[in-house]
Amino acid sequence: MSLFRMAKTALKNLASKPATQMYPAKPARKFKSTRGRVENDMDKCILCGLCQRKCPCVAIRVDRDERTWEIDRFRCVTCGCCVEVCPVKSLRMENDYTKSTTEPKMKDSYKSTNPNIPGLKPAPQKKAKA
Amino acid sequence: MQKRIVIPFGPQHPVLPEPIHLDLVLEDERVVDAIPSIGYLHRGLEKLVDKREFPEYVYVIERTCGICSFIHGLSYCQAVEEMMKIEVPERALFLRTIGSEYSRLHSHLLTLGCLADGMGFENLFMGFWRVRERVLNRMEESLGGRVIQGTCKVGGVRKDMDGEMLERMKAELDVLDKEMKEMTGVLLRDDAVKYRMKGIGVLPKKDAFELGAVGPTGRGSGVRIDLRERGYAAYGKIGFEPVLETAGDCYARTAVRCRELLLSTRIIRQCIGKIPDGPIETKVTGNPNGEYASRVEQPRGEAVHYAKGDGGRYLKRFRIRTPTFANIPSLVHMLKGYELADVPVIIMSIDPCISCTER
Ligand code: SF4
Ligand code: SF4
Repeated sequence: MSLFRMAKTALKNLASKPATQMYPAKPARKFKSTRGRVENDMDKCILCGLCQRKCPCVAIRVDRDERTWEIDRFRCVTCGCCVEVCPVKSLRMENDYTKSTTEPKMKDSYKSTNPNIPGLKPAPQKKAKA
Repeated sequence: MQKRIVIPFGPQHPVLPEPIHLDLVLEDERVVDAIPSIGYLHRGLEKLVDKREFPEYVYVIERTCGICSFIHGLSYCQAVEEMMKIEVPERALFLRTIGSEYSRLHSHLLTLGCLADGMGFENLFMGFWRVRERVLNRMEESLGGRVIQGTCKVGGVRKDMDGEMLERMKAELDVLDKEMKEMTGVLLRDDAVKYRMKGIGVLPKKDAFELGAVGPTGRGSGVRIDLRERGYAAYGKIGFEPVLETAGDCYARTAVRCRELLLSTRIIRQCIGKIPDGPIETKVTGNPNGEYASRVEQPRGEAVHYAKGDGGRYLKRFRIRTPTFANIPSLVHMLKGYELADVPVIIMSIDPCISCTER
């Protein structure tokens, strides 16, 4: 008798469509609250470095002299801590994941496009000289 | 005297999802002793407490374990809140309870699947994991992550669930109940499964109590130990009876988990019915000072989080005693006297979670 209990379930599974899907050919399922990857709006970021200090995995590097904001995608665990602490709300959590890669390192570096950063000289002139 | 041989079991073994090593002392095919050794996955998470500020450390502590992460976070927050005398809003406590029970569902479904896989019942394994996927989707939608939720924070929770989502979750619980009953019915009634588990790895009540068995391992032997009865989070306002079995064998422990699945959905339903409106977090000011040991019921049993602060941004000391660690003496006791071929099933029946044991 017990054999047929599983047989019923097994037959039903045989007839239904697969529970898995071909990723990345088909996009992964996501929700509004899915934590996928961190993105920074460089127009808004004031390079204060708070995200760098608070990140539990030391994934972010902020360089005020170079005016860059860099994230190591392999170190980041998408906890969302940086998004929460950013004082100007320039960081946001996207719902889709970073694309897979074969590179051993994956750092995304962004140049600041915010002309008025408190405590730093306005960007354009400095850029023009360099 | 018969000749004794020692067979190493693990750290790499097909039934083990995680590395634990046992030296099995055999006489013929019979196990006469087992010497466990752990430490393959030590990551030093407890030490990290003096490098991360206490509000951020919750992200670290959630990553102690890839299965019961939510409850680790809850327990840590509870310890810090007690030290700082923070009053957590009622709604947050209910949301924490719902999150804990969803974690329990996903953990039990995972382990029952792994148990089926350990016995070679692949089809049932896939069946359990298909049901689990439903739970994971709901967790991702409501709490923000499939296994690492990051929802608990000191002073409350980060994410609220609106009325519409709670209704949807409630409706889905009925589907879940039906699917889980189907799967656990197969597991508990199958002759081959019974043959592999009944009367195997017996842990009498007295031994279970003396060896300090916790969670389903203890409850399978009839020891009434369920920390939820102490009423942390919102459990005090929920009526429930812990699941107990008395046989103390692998089958009883599995039956406890199967019945707890349905208990969890009952608790979630009650929570959804009773959840009050209001804020979900309180503002946290100041730093923790003092010490506290917070005890919670994880899917595998009682976990103890000990925290000590000295009024700075960093805690001074933090320590976790996980349920699997408490269950290893019982496991060693259970193994004695059974055949080598029964060892995988006995190990799977305590639902070992090695990565959180070794932090
Ligand atoms: S992203 Fe936000 S927190 Fe990070 S440096 Fe820029 S402004 Fe500061
Ligand atoms: S999401 Fe978390 S781990 Fe990733 S960069 Fe932000 S704080 Fe660091």
